[in-house]
Amino acid sequence: MDYIDYYKLLGIPKTATASDIKAAYRKLARKHHPDLNPNDKDALKKFQQINEANEVLSDATKRKKYDQYGKDWQHAEEFEQSRQQQRQSAQNQQQQYGGGQNMGDFSDFFSSMFGNMGGSGGNRPQAKYRGEDFSAEVRLQLIEAYVTHKQTLTVNDTNIRITIPAGIENGQTIKIKGHGGISTNGGPNGDLYITFALLLHPRIKRLENNLYTTVDLDLYVAMLGGEITMETLTGKVKLHVAAETQNGTKIKLKGKGFPVYKQEGQFGDFYVTYNLKTPTHLTPRQKELFTELSKTT
Amino acid sequence: MEKTYLIALNEFCMSHNIEISFIESLQNTGLIETTQLHDAGFIEVEQLLQLEMYVRFHYDLDINLEGIETITHLLKRIDAQYKEIVKLKNKLMLYELKE
Repeated sequence: MDYIDYYKLLGIPKTATASDIKAAYRKLARKHHPDLNPNDKDALKKFQQINEANEVLSDATKRKKYDQYGKDWQHAEEFEQSRQQQRQSAQNQQQQYGGGQNMGDFSDFFSSMFGNMGGSGGNRPQAKYRGEDFSAEVRLQLIEAYVTHKQTLTVNDTNIRITIPAGIENGQTIKIKGHGGISTNGGPNGDLYITFALLLHPRIKRLENNLYTTVDLDLYVAMLGGEITMETLTGKVKLHVAAETQNGTKIKLKGKGFPVYKQEGQFGDFYVTYNLKTPTHLTPRQKELFTELSKTT
Repeated sequence: MEKTYLIALNEFCMSHNIEISFIESLQNTGLIETTQLHDAGFIEVEQLLQLEMYVRFHYDLDINLEGIETITHLLKRIDAQYKEIVKLKNKLMLYELKE
């Protein structure tokens, strides 16, 4: 566990006044506040650091303890013990530290020095009337996103059974109302936001509601036409290949693509691109025939 | 018919230790919509998240109403661009995997 220089974090000298600390904190908070930096984990981490610095330096008791034992934080416990008697006379003091700040937001260094004394920084409680929102990521195979299905998720030790509609997109976020944190102030529960990450399929790609794949085509089938079998997400299909099919030819299987999200019975298209495979390791006879063929053109 | 859950503004203000005039200012600028029922103000639960964000902007970060309006506009743009990025990334995957 490393020592954290809270003054350095806020960019202020050790002689900074309460108003200097407040101004420095607000300036940095405006830059790194999670509300102003959505989906930015680095900003969230930075904000938690400056919040912690402010938590300590804006509180006279914590600041004093930090200044005295900061670098030598491992001896802070002795400091606590020496002041035990003073504390016993002010038992109710702890209550003022019981604010909404989650201890998980503080570093080990902070917890080691100040224990459960989190959340006393401001004179206004944290703006949390409703419960906290939770976020989760769910990874799905492409085939799983193809059909509407139910899945049980465990979020903060609670099992939640959700229905995942067919056609969900990679990166799409859905809200499960009321399944976030419980409000401690009598407000509504927070919501659970689930973001879906679709795993790549080895052969079939998806773009919105359309599916794409490449199928190898034998030269002879391409030239003379015929039937081939191709794998889709739901099984095999037979394709009729027209004679004289060119390399890179793209065909569309209408309505055989991905289901449209929340539009039952509607599907995108499936695009198949033919990749001609020319024969290799020709026998002398085959070479002879190709030579003969080339003379006919 | 879908139910609408309303939160009493007085209760919200007491919980956050803020003045009702701040919420009235947000309402006047169109940042939130409130409902009046029997001389009491309410806000729909769906707007609570947004309202709490405005409270943090104003009381924690000392941002005035004009600043909140500007930030809200920019956040909407960021959100739209983020969605566009996700869409483009999905599109890009189609080409990357061909190699």
